[in-house]
Order: sequence, then C-alpha cells, then structure tokens
Amino acid sequence: MSVTTDTFVRDDLLPAKAPPRNTVGVVGWLRQNLFSTPLNGVMTIIILAFIVWTVTPFIRFTLIDAVWTGPDRSVCATATGACWAYVKAYLPQFIYGRYPIGERWRVDLVFVLLLIGLIPMLIPRVPYKALNAIFLIGVFPVVAYILLTGGHHQFVGSLIPSSLMAPSPLRFAVQYAVFSAVILGLLALYARLAGRPISRTTTPAAMILGYIAVILVLVSLDFGLVPVETANWGGLLVTLVVAITGMVAAFPLGILLALGRRSNMPVVSLASTIFIEVWRGVPLITVLFMASVMLPLFLPEGVTFDKLLRALIGVTLFQAAYMAETIRGGLQAIPRGQYEGAMALGLGYWQMMRKIILPQALRIVIPGIVGSFISLFKDTTLVIIIGLYDFLGQIQASANDAKWASPVTGLTGYIFAAMVFWAFCFAMSRYAAFTERRLDRGRR
Amino acid sequence: MSDPSIAIIDLPSVPPPLVSSTDVAVEMVDVNKWYGEFHVLRDINLTVMRGERIVICGPSGSGKSTLIRCINRLEEHQKGKIVVDGKELTNDLRKIDEVRREVGMVFQHFNLFPHLTILENCTLAPINVRRMPKREAEEIAMHYLNRVKIPEQANKYPGQLSGGQQQRVAIARSLCMNPRVMLFDEPTSALDPEMIKEVLDVMVGLALEGMTMVCVTHEMGFARQVANRVIFMDGGQIIEQNDPVSFFTNPQHERTKLFLSQILH
Repeated sequence: MSVTTDTFVRDDLLPAKAPPRNTVGVVGWLRQNLFSTPLNGVMTIIILAFIVWTVTPFIRFTLIDAVWTGPDRSVCATATGACWAYVKAYLPQFIYGRYPIGERWRVDLVFVLLLIGLIPMLIPRVPYKALNAIFLIGVFPVVAYILLTGGHHQFVGSLIPSSLMAPSPLRFAVQYAVFSAVILGLLALYARLAGRPISRTTTPAAMILGYIAVILVLVSLDFGLVPVETANWGGLLVTLVVAITGMVAAFPLGILLALGRRSNMPVVSLASTIFIEVWRGVPLITVLFMASVMLPLFLPEGVTFDKLLRALIGVTLFQAAYMAETIRGGLQAIPRGQYEGAMALGLGYWQMMRKIILPQALRIVIPGIVGSFISLFKDTTLVIIIGLYDFLGQIQASANDAKWASPVTGLTGYIFAAMVFWAFCFAMSRYAAFTERRLDRGRR
Repeated sequence: MSDPSIAIIDLPSVPPPLVSSTDVAVEMVDVNKWYGEFHVLRDINLTVMRGERIVICGPSGSGKSTLIRCINRLEEHQKGKIVVDGKELTNDLRKIDEVRREVGMVFQHFNLFPHLTILENCTLAPINVRRMPKREAEEIAMHYLNRVKIPEQANKYPGQLSGGQQQRVAIARSLCMNPRVMLFDEPTSALDPEMIKEVLDVMVGLALEGMTMVCVTHEMGFARQVANRVIFMDGGQIIEQNDPVSFFTNPQHERTKLFLSQILH
C-alpha cells in the first residue's frame, strides 16, 4: 500500500508554548489597543498630551493649591487654588438653606427616613417590596410633609358660605364629606349604567377618599413642631423636594397621558395631546414664572398659594408631558400581537395595560425615563428665578458674602455644585444601567 | 390533482365529530366588513354547530383571517350579525368580554407574553379574568402543559423555547380558560417544517376530545383528516364549502379547482 506514506500519526502531543512577548501583558495590551498602527500611535500621544494639559491645572486647583481650613476670607484672598474652607463653613446652608438651626434635625430625620425607605427598595434581593413601596409612597410623603412644614394646618373650608356655617375645621370636614359622597354617588351611578358590580367600583374610590381624609386629619394635628415657612427652606432640601416630587408625581401622570394620547376615544386623545403639546412647547422658566407671578393674579383676593407648592405643580405638569412622550415611545414599540393576545384571553383594557403592555413598554424606555429624570434634577436649579434658593442658588448667594469674598470663592462654589449634581445624576444613571441588565436576564 | 391524498404529515385518523344538531356555537349572518373603501368580507353566512371542526382555506388576502378575527371581535364588522354562544357581538364591551372569555384563539405568531414565564402566561387570564385562586390556576396550567407535552418548560421564558414549543404553549394558554370554541389563525404558518407536526398533533388531540374548532390553515392533510367541513374563500366571499372528501376530490367552482391545483401537486 503505497498510500500509507501519506498518513501521519502524531506520537507525542505538542505542549502549550508561551505566546510571543509582545501580545500579552501590559506591553501586548498597549500594542493592540493604543499603538496598533502609526496613526493610532500618534493619536494616542496627542490625546494623552491633551488630557495631561487639561487635567493637571484642574487637579492643581482643586487639590494641590487648595485651601482646606481657615476662619474667613483672609486664608483664600491670595489663594491660587480652591477655597474649600468656604464650602466647609457654608455646608449647612447649602444643605438646609435658611431652615432654623434648632429645627434642622427634622430635615435630617426626613433624609434618614428617605434612605431607610429607598435603599432596600433599590436592592432587588431585599424582600417585602410591597410593604416597602407602601411606606415610600403612602407613608413617607405625609411624614416628611409634617416634619418639614410642622403640620398643624388650620383647615377652615371656603366653599360653604359663612352665613350658613362659620369657618372652622368642622366646616371643612362637612365639605369633605359632601364632596366624597358626591364622588361615590357618581361612581355608583356610572357603575350601575355600565352594568358593573357597584362595590368593585366604589370600594377603591372610598379607600382613596378615606386615605386622603386620614392625611388631612394628620396634617391638621398639632405635633408640637414649630411651623417652618417654605420661604425658609433652601439648599439641597429644596432641590431634593422639587426633584423627587416632580419625578414621583409626574411618572403616573405621564403614564396616564401616554395612554390617553393613544386612546381610541377622540375626546381623551385630543385632551391628552393638547395638554402634552402645550406643556412641551413652553420653556420651564416660563412655566415657573407663570406659576409664581401670573397665577396669583387670577386667584381670588385673599387666596394665597405657597410659592414652593406652585413651583412643584408647575414642575410636575411640565415633567409629566415629557414623561408621557417617552412612555408613548415604549407603547408604540410593543407589537400589535401583544394587544391581540391579551384581548383574545378576555383581559380588560386596564388589566391588559397593567399586566402585559406597560411592563414591557416601560422596560424599553428605562433609558429615556432616566434621561428625563436626570434633566429634571438639573432643571430644578431654575427655581431660583422665582426666588426659591435651591442648592445652586444657595451657593451662588453665599459666594457674594463679604466674609468669604475672594477671587476663588465663586469658582470653588460652582465646582462643588457641579460635583454634587454629577454625583446624583451619575448614581441615577448607573442604577438605571443595572436595572436594564437585570431585567434583560432570562428574556430572549 | 388526481391524487389529493397529499397528507405529507402523518396524522392519526380521526373519527367524524359528534356535531350537535341544535346547539349553535357561532352564527354569522350577512356579515360585511370594510377597511376604509376596501370591502374585505362580503355577505358571509356561516353557522358553526357545537362540536364542528371547520377548516377555512383560500389564497392570501381572501379575508379568511379577518373572518375568524371577527368571531372574537379583534376586528369589528360593519354590517350583519355575529352571535357567539348566544351572545351577539355589538359595541357592548361587556358582551365582547364575555365572548372572548369563552373563545380561545391561537395566532400565527404565538403572541406569548415575553416578560412572563410559560406558567405565568398560562395562569394570567384564569387569575385575572376568571378570578381563580393562584394555586388552582397553576394546577390547571400544569395539566394543560402536560397535555401539550412541555411541563418541564413551565418556568422558562417564551424566548427560550422553539417555535413549535411556543405555539403549543399558546394552545395550552387558551385551553386554561376552558373555552367553548377554539379559533386557529394559521397556527403552523410561522413554523419550521419539523415543528408543524408537533403542533398539528396537539390540534388533532383537541379534535378527538370534541372541541369546536374553526381553523384557518394551509395544512390540507389536517383538513382532510380532521375537518368535517372545508370552506374555501376568495375575494372576501365564501366560494365553496363541502365535506373534505367531496371538497378535495370533486371541487365545483373553477376558482376552487385552480386553488387546489396550485397547492396540491
């Protein structure tokens, strides 16, 4: 058999050899990623030079030449670096604004409660998510409101004429009872006309009205807390109040508007579209300005409206319009088959939305939602134009203080503001990325 | 078309159905539907008795999918009357929901919910629509997943299953609602040839149990062996309907002959 000369059988297997020196380790990595071609090498060197050129002065300013301690402007007057001593001295103001010093524990308590509620909520493995959510959405806002404002509201009611009933908490209670009865009556009537079981429509409504009643009672009770006007709030407190309220209130509103805009009912769809387009077409500054300057002109004399509350409502509605468009994008990405599959099983509209469409749509738009949360967080700084001193506003105001005025004070303040805003926004962004990865697992 | 015994797929032979003579499952009277100017369904008259197994075939665009989608009101008809299980389909949302609860539907593209597990897909409607306790719904779901021979996939997500498995899940999901009528809208058209049989086997099993079925399909072997009536549609109209043997061996209308000559070689 002459063909056997072509056959080959290996006697001993080759051992693994070490790779060439220039493909592994640090040198290999550098060669492959930074200097793979002459052009790449040149670009690497130019960019490195640029980084060194820009970052060095920044580090010199913020760390090496910085002034860390000192009692007043004298230590910073001739400084060529950041005046961190000033930030240290003003930190309480940056956080609390003009909140009375003796009452600042209340703000701290609110921050702590928020963290206690939020941190386990954000960690997927921690159990009792439902209870946690109830605390965060149902209990925390009420507690925070009472702690921050002091509670003890005097409701007197204004709808029943004084000739019938003197202004008093009782009059308010009567008003609320009448209002609730009317709403429940209308719902019962609607349920009857639509042929649905009446109790299934009215029970949830009664629970919501009851919950609101409990809140009203709680905020009118006297807990012995000194009232603190919102005009005295400031700093990070205002930033967080505006941002968190805006996010939490705008989210459900945005979902409703997005569903409304896609509704088959022309009136609902038209109303949602008009709302969204109007709020999206107006700059936030204009919204805030209208809320603070124009709104009081339309209100009857004697009716005052807290400035912070007006800003909150303005920010929420503005944000809701953006949120609605983001969520609508997600709704449009869901294939028709998902709707048909759900409908063919006999699911009603709200069941279909809650169980099938929204979970998928919201997952798609997480990046968009977080993007608009981040821009809202930064946009809260605009409240300064209506005279509310948020974190940035507080820093700006303090930079002009004669006690600390120096060439570097303002710059230091802005760098500090940028770092704090960046930390919050970056944290949100990273958490969103984590959530996206987590929800992606196991699907597809 | 001399030899219409084209059952490429070997399905078990199925005895003729026990068709009720009094119990009407679906009744369509002079149903007309337009998409804008386009007249998709023209004077459709169709009565499906309880226990019947009907196959609807026809070229694409003939209105067959639209017809069965009208039966559970995924499409709205503009003229005529559709009565399902004694309930007429009108704009009354309650009636529509009642009908959808009693009518199961299987789609060409399965339409499983990708964010829910197989088991959750099956228990969703019983729990939320029938208000069934979770444990009971899961027992029923496992029963039907056993029936379609994939109980071991219960905790996976639809994206992890093959097309044939997904379609079997879709059938199980419909069965969990214990429907009185099952609609199939080209259930095997999106499947690889290898997977078609596993889905058809499940459908044959359903037929053996006496399920009332209306099926849009191009599987002529299935039509021959399972259907008791074959309906041929073209241009939004019912052109011809007959028992499968007569339909395949002795088609009357020229259009039917042409259609059969093209799909049966």
